[in-house]
Amino acid sequence: MRSLYISLTSEFYKSRKTLAFWAAIILPILICGLIMVGFYSGSEKILKANYPGLALWGQYSGAALGVMGMLILPFYVMFMAFSVNNIEHKNDTWKTLFAQPLNKFSIYAAKYLYAVMLLLICLVLFLLLTLASGYLLQVLVPKYTFNDYNPALLLTKFYSKLFLASLGILSVQFVLSLLWSDFLKPMGLGFVGTIAGIITANVGWKHAYLIPYSDPTLALRVTRVKGAALEDFPIFTQEIWVSLTYAAVLFVAGYFILSKKNIK
Amino acid sequence: MSNFAIETVGLTYNFGNQTVVKDLSLQVPQGSIYGFLGPNGAGKTTTIKILLNLLQSPADQVFIFGKEINSNRIASLKRMGALVEQPAIYTHLTGKENLINRCMLLGIKKTKAAEMLSLVGLTEAANKKAGKYSLGMKQRLGIALALISDPELLLLDEPTNGLDPNGIIEIRNLMIDLTTKHGKTILVSSHLLAEIERTATHVGIINKGALLFQGTISELQSLSKPLVKIETNNQAAAGNILATAGAEIVQQDENTVAVTFKGKEDMGNLNTLLVQNGITVYSISKERKDLENLFLDITSKN
Repeated sequence: MRSLYISLTSEFYKSRKTLAFWAAIILPILICGLIMVGFYSGSEKILKANYPGLALWGQYSGAALGVMGMLILPFYVMFMAFSVNNIEHKNDTWKTLFAQPLNKFSIYAAKYLYAVMLLLICLVLFLLLTLASGYLLQVLVPKYTFNDYNPALLLTKFYSKLFLASLGILSVQFVLSLLWSDFLKPMGLGFVGTIAGIITANVGWKHAYLIPYSDPTLALRVTRVKGAALEDFPIFTQEIWVSLTYAAVLFVAGYFILSKKNIK
Repeated sequence: MSNFAIETVGLTYNFGNQTVVKDLSLQVPQGSIYGFLGPNGAGKTTTIKILLNLLQSPADQVFIFGKEINSNRIASLKRMGALVEQPAIYTHLTGKENLINRCMLLGIKKTKAAEMLSLVGLTEAANKKAGKYSLGMKQRLGIALALISDPELLLLDEPTNGLDPNGIIEIRNLMIDLTTKHGKTILVSSHLLAEIERTATHVGIINKGALLFQGTISELQSLSKPLVKIETNNQAAAGNILATAGAEIVQQDENTVAVTFKGKEDMGNLNTLLVQNGITVYSISKERKDLENLFLDITSKN
């Protein structure tokens, strides 16, 4: 455990000046900021639609969630998984890392965990910024109906699903970036995967959930059970389990790939 | 067994079906500077990687301070510092940050970073990105990283690579300092004998994965028998005269005859013998094969 903690602190220290780390913070700020500006400057048009609180929140948060689930999130995950591993590939530091008096598995696990944490930071920021900017808009444009509904639980559940559904992609990309030190292979495969994911999810192929790249999109589709409250949808649905299974299997596989890879 | 900082017993290592290290029995005494010599591709780096457990060795073949490495990996690594191949540094971090990062991994005080920077003369470049360092500076930072945990055993893979003469002398003095004043043990690899013959107390010569020589520097020197080189106006006749007189001719070409050196008197006698037989002796001198040639001899025989 000490090894894991030490390695994790070191991961944060090493990458605090890299784009992968800052993107986790800048991306939510940028996207939420843009949506907020759009809702502020276009408030007259939006007010004409006379949305009740819930629908307004739906419109507002959906703008971020929609793009996120389909495009930005997979691409961020690809880039981040690449960057976390590339820091060692580029500097040829894998061997030094594994020559430290630390448990080998902890060093690897810390790297993986660090990638998961970056994703978590990114999504938590999205959640918080969506909520905060929504209420800020209410102050700036008093005619908005954001105060009529509290979306905290709903959004938390959505973002939790998104996070869990992305772990599959993260693990695939993590292992690909571990295998290859160059940018193009993991990126190319990830790109193809993402496109395939979007297509299969949108045409409603019944086995789409087996492709990790379609899981985020699928996870955000919630069918409302009649009579139940809106917030009452399950988090652990089929595609979430698939994503978690991918994550677990590839996490273990990655360690074996890495220990083999060092033999050079 | 525990008198050795490093001991390998019949170590054999394969990459696929290619044997990279065969039956290697290194014995590095504590407190020594062990020069690990061999041409490029002889298996030096592979051996160092095995000593760091980066490559898994067969059980009971590698011992660090008397302890089997595979079952004592972390304990062994705690006592070692290493510089393998090119220094592995994070180019987007400054020199100081590289050292601080290592401090974090080793769980030691961060103040040690500044101490190390001044030791290797990088204090002024502390806040410069390591990617912008010159080759020599990178090498020094690599050495600082290896030394930061104050390890008892240092493994340095070609540490003077890319350093200027001043830098080479500094590293040399540093190595001597570390062993004599601080009781460290250093294994330093090189493909140049001249580079380490001044500092090393012990030498191991490896070629094609096999250890060809192991011993102290003076043992290595005694391997080379001194010769008497004779230059005359008639080489063929001189050769015949010397041979009939019972001298051992080692080599003979158009310009010189070389015979085994048996003593100063013997050398005088040879001279007299030649002169009495009507041969003009231009020069007669005792020569010791230098270590560089010896090294070439040892490695090319195999």
